[in-house]
Amino acid sequence: MIPALWFWLIAIMIAGYVVLDGFDLGAGLLHLFGTRSDQERQQVLKSVGSVWDGNEVWLIAGGGTLYFAFPGLYSAAFSGFYLALMMVLWLLILRGISIEVRGEADSSMWKSFWDVVFGGSSALLALLFGVALGNVVRGVPIDSEGFFFLPLWNNFQPGANAGIIDWYTVLIGLASLAALAMHGSTWVALKTTGDLEKRASGWASNFWWAVAALTVLITVVSFRLQPHIPAQFAANRWGYIFPLLALAGLAGVRLFIARQNELASFLSSCLYLLGMLTSAAFGLFPYVLPSNVAPENGLTVANSAAALYGLTIGLWWWIPGMVLATGYSFFVYRRLRGKVQA
Amino acid sequence: MDSALAVHRLHFAFTVTYHYLFPQLTMGLALLIVILKTVALKTGNEHYNEASRFWAKIFAINFAMGVVTGIPMEFQFGTNWARFSKAAGGVIGQTLAMEGVFSFFLESTFLGLFLVGEQRLGRTLHWFTGVLVFVGAWLSGFFIIATDAWMQHPTGYRMGANGSILLDNIWGLILNPWILWQYLHNMIAAVMTASIVMASIGAYYQLTGKFVEQARIFLRTGVIGGTVAVFALLFPTGDGQGRMIAAHQPITLAAMEGLFETSSGAPIVLIGQPDTGKLTLDNPIMVPGALSFLTYRRWEAEVKGLKDFPPELWPDNISLLYYSYHIMVGLGTLLILLMVVSVWSLLRGRLYQSKRLLWALMLALPFPYIATTAGWMTAEIGRQPWVIYGLMRTADGPSPRVSAGNGIFTLLGFMGLYLVLGILFLFLVYKEIDHGPGRAAMPVTGANE
Repeated sequence: MIPALWFWLIAIMIAGYVVLDGFDLGAGLLHLFGTRSDQERQQVLKSVGSVWDGNEVWLIAGGGTLYFAFPGLYSAAFSGFYLALMMVLWLLILRGISIEVRGEADSSMWKSFWDVVFGGSSALLALLFGVALGNVVRGVPIDSEGFFFLPLWNNFQPGANAGIIDWYTVLIGLASLAALAMHGSTWVALKTTGDLEKRASGWASNFWWAVAALTVLITVVSFRLQPHIPAQFAANRWGYIFPLLALAGLAGVRLFIARQNELASFLSSCLYLLGMLTSAAFGLFPYVLPSNVAPENGLTVANSAAALYGLTIGLWWWIPGMVLATGYSFFVYRRLRGKVQA
Repeated sequence: MDSALAVHRLHFAFTVTYHYLFPQLTMGLALLIVILKTVALKTGNEHYNEASRFWAKIFAINFAMGVVTGIPMEFQFGTNWARFSKAAGGVIGQTLAMEGVFSFFLESTFLGLFLVGEQRLGRTLHWFTGVLVFVGAWLSGFFIIATDAWMQHPTGYRMGANGSILLDNIWGLILNPWILWQYLHNMIAAVMTASIVMASIGAYYQLTGKFVEQARIFLRTGVIGGTVAVFALLFPTGDGQGRMIAAHQPITLAAMEGLFETSSGAPIVLIGQPDTGKLTLDNPIMVPGALSFLTYRRWEAEVKGLKDFPPELWPDNISLLYYSYHIMVGLGTLLILLMVVSVWSLLRGRLYQSKRLLWALMLALPFPYIATTAGWMTAEIGRQPWVIYGLMRTADGPSPRVSAGNGIFTLLGFMGLYLVLGILFLFLVYKEIDHGPGRAAMPVTGANE
């Protein structure tokens, strides 16, 4: 019972990270490909400038929580996806640095260099996070000791010899890229003014079609590829609430863009991401990392969790700690509400 | 070098050594900035506000470097040390997760406010956000030390099935007796680094005749803070830490002191090169009886030498351990001398005119960094051959499926990336120092422009 509670707490924490850092990843993408002047780029940067590092704390705290609650999963997944995670680290470093140093020299060459680093690393991270999720859904070749290692790619087929990159995981990666691009567009529209604001709404509206199409596609493919998901939904029909949340969010984005309600369309986009990620978590439960070769080796909530004493004690400090942390986040976003100054 | 174990060890050693260059400054500076802000608040002396704004900018650059080089540390527990993490994650994951939940959210939130909110928050609230940044930074240090202390001296656990280690008592983990001296020693060392850096920049301005008002604040604060810190590092914290090692890691003590033979009235070696083949010291200069006295408070007490312990329990790099320890102590001694002379000169009112002393302070900048790095090497090499002292050998800790080749690939990647980061860091810090503590209102960093 308590391990399952931690499964959901961590799922929500990771979803929180994706929702928060997701909009600055999306904004990074638009920064490079959508802006028309240095003044517009500054607006985009400013909209994420004072929140991106706080958003990344959700990743660090989520990682730490995963480590203590599910050490079996943390050690298996991090060593198994070794190469991809190292690249995620390099991209996170480059992205953080590019935001901080871009404004430090008054040179257009300097700025355009860091623009490319910022936009490129944001786009690759959005893609890689999707690839990672695709790997978890597809399953990995876990051995009897509970470990595996995947090369970056193999034959690009999601079968027993799959690498980190195959057509399925790339598909999930593209869906993630499109979703975060839409998400970032709704954020930029919310935080900026003038021509940029109008165009950002336009991008959100255009990306919406890609997101809608990819949502249908990845749902169909994932249900066929990972038979545990349809079985889980069939067994626990209340779980349909999660995909319904995603659909409501998706509909909301469309509706509120049309009504030019920027805050509501951004929040709808948050709801969509939350719904998609919790749907995936629900569909895999009780697996946390299924095996694609020997189902009995798959990691579950039960066989990868820490001992009960630690998990119980953890609730005593984690809940008040996260209430405080969520409070800080609300405080910051409230203080920064409204448009950024051009 | 091409064994996977060696690669994983080097991978962690390189990234953690590089990482710690930044937090040691920010943890120490957080305290000094609070002190500067407090003086400004109490006295209304605007120069103290200018001084704290300048150091807030240096803090921000170091903080960003600390964040981006810190995320890889958490990841590497899983990527490179999967067997260790699978066995012990349920214990040390507690303190690592607490760090994220209790200190990183606090620190990142209030640092943002501290950096851009001076005008909007008002003096008292702005001071308070500075205090919260300090609390966040020092809490973060606590959780990391608690994690390391558990690996040095595991408490509050029991063994489970298949070699897993289970948390048995949370207070055993949080109130581990090893934490007290290690935490104080480490945090005061951070204050030493920040103080000497502050004095060094002050000396540079004073020598070049720029920003003289603030330079004197930097010198005064740095020299007084540095003096308190270097003495507290020797006693009681260094002494306390040494006696913990003597009590719980006697083999480590023998190796770091270069003591091969068990002896009554064991000496302290000041200079001498260990020959780990013949188990002797070349051309030693020693203080007889000093090690016995420091360890047991009796000049003739017996201290066990390495030869009386089974070689399979010896740290695997005795020479490097010995030199790390001696470099830390040697530089610490030199810094005590420098601080004593400086504070004497300050009290006599001659520091600001003493060119020779200002030069010495300016050039002292790298030495606290070298001393703290050597100190951490002493702790971590001294723990070998164990990753968890007495419980799990380092050789049993790495990820079983990550090959040496993949490890070297990512190690080289980190080396290249960290070289670029280092160059950018120096460029940014140089810009701030060149610009100096001006009268301008609040700093605007990077993206906030």
